[in-house]
Amino acid sequence: MVKGESPFMKYLRRDRLPTIFCAGCGNGIVMNTFFNGMEMAEVDFDNLILVSGIGCSSRIPGYVACDSLHTTHGRPISFATGIKLANPEHDVAVFSGDGDAAAIGGNHLIHGARRNIDITVICINNSIYGMTGGQISPTSPKGSYGTTAPYGALERPFSLADLVTAAGGTYVARWTTAHPVQLSKAIKYGLQNKGFSFIEVISQCPTYYGRKNKLRSPIDMLNWMKETSINKRRADKMEEEELQGKIIVGEFQKKPEPEFAEKLCKLLEEQCVTGKPTAIRSAYQED
Amino acid sequence: MITVNENLCKGCNLCTEFCPQKVYKESEKLGKKGIHVPVPVDEEKCKKCGLCALMCPDQAIRVDEEDNDE
Repeated sequence: MVKGESPFMKYLRRDRLPTIFCAGCGNGIVMNTFFNGMEMAEVDFDNLILVSGIGCSSRIPGYVACDSLHTTHGRPISFATGIKLANPEHDVAVFSGDGDAAAIGGNHLIHGARRNIDITVICINNSIYGMTGGQISPTSPKGSYGTTAPYGALERPFSLADLVTAAGGTYVARWTTAHPVQLSKAIKYGLQNKGFSFIEVISQCPTYYGRKNKLRSPIDMLNWMKETSINKRRADKMEEEELQGKIIVGEFQKKPEPEFAEKLCKLLEEQCVTGKPTAIRSAYQED
Repeated sequence: MITVNENLCKGCNLCTEFCPQKVYKESEKLGKKGIHVPVPVDEEKCKKCGLCALMCPDQAIRVDEEDNDE
């Protein structure tokens, strides 16, 4: 290790640095917390595959020195499902933004959760379309400003953690980038959990969300997140009016259930007449 | 010992704001990229919690347990 280097530098592709992200972008913090959670969960880095779609946050796997897949817009969970079923031994994690997971890939998200396949989805929710110029996304809070909402957004936002809980995810948590320690622990549980794990990270986009909503610097945005976030256990006892404009953080779901890839392997072994189940893992087996 | 890599730092100064011990200070002079790089001015106050290294979006900070004077 080179002297004076970040402890996470060993996981990064050094020649690609510095990252393309704006100064103070939350993606870098999520990257650090992912490595931290990965170390805590004792995941083998060589066995890890990162999948991403399109968006600022989906550039993260490009900087990580492991096997990665940069796929079409909104489809990372479908590709991750394929990877997991081709070889269930791998640890598969998906990095996705709010536009990727909630807007164009919303259907894949809920069906991944319904299927309960063993992948960890980390959704970096910055409440705006950062890469394309600050348009309103499905998770922009009501009344927030964006390029396509100069008078404030009229629609209600998606609560992604509640959506995935309802769809059947077995570990669901939401934290913000202002809670890096709790977020690392959530990622650790997500990676250890056998089943669909969904971690929503409320992140800052000072360049577009912050500039349009009077939170111009990343420090202002993180302070705003710290002030408005409220733990789920406390929020459950509060009235709906009190929770207006608050970010509810914490664990939404933690309930182990039978996992899809395991069920499929078992079925293949049971139904195979040749004594050699071939549809799964076959590419990795010698004759 | 705290090291800030000036080649990676983008000058967001999240570390200056969120260090629980307020170890860092924004530099008054512009760095070689034209940004205000954080400087660990009160290093003896540092409790080695490592929050700055975890929160640095650009992986520019390292906090070492011991001071290795060479």
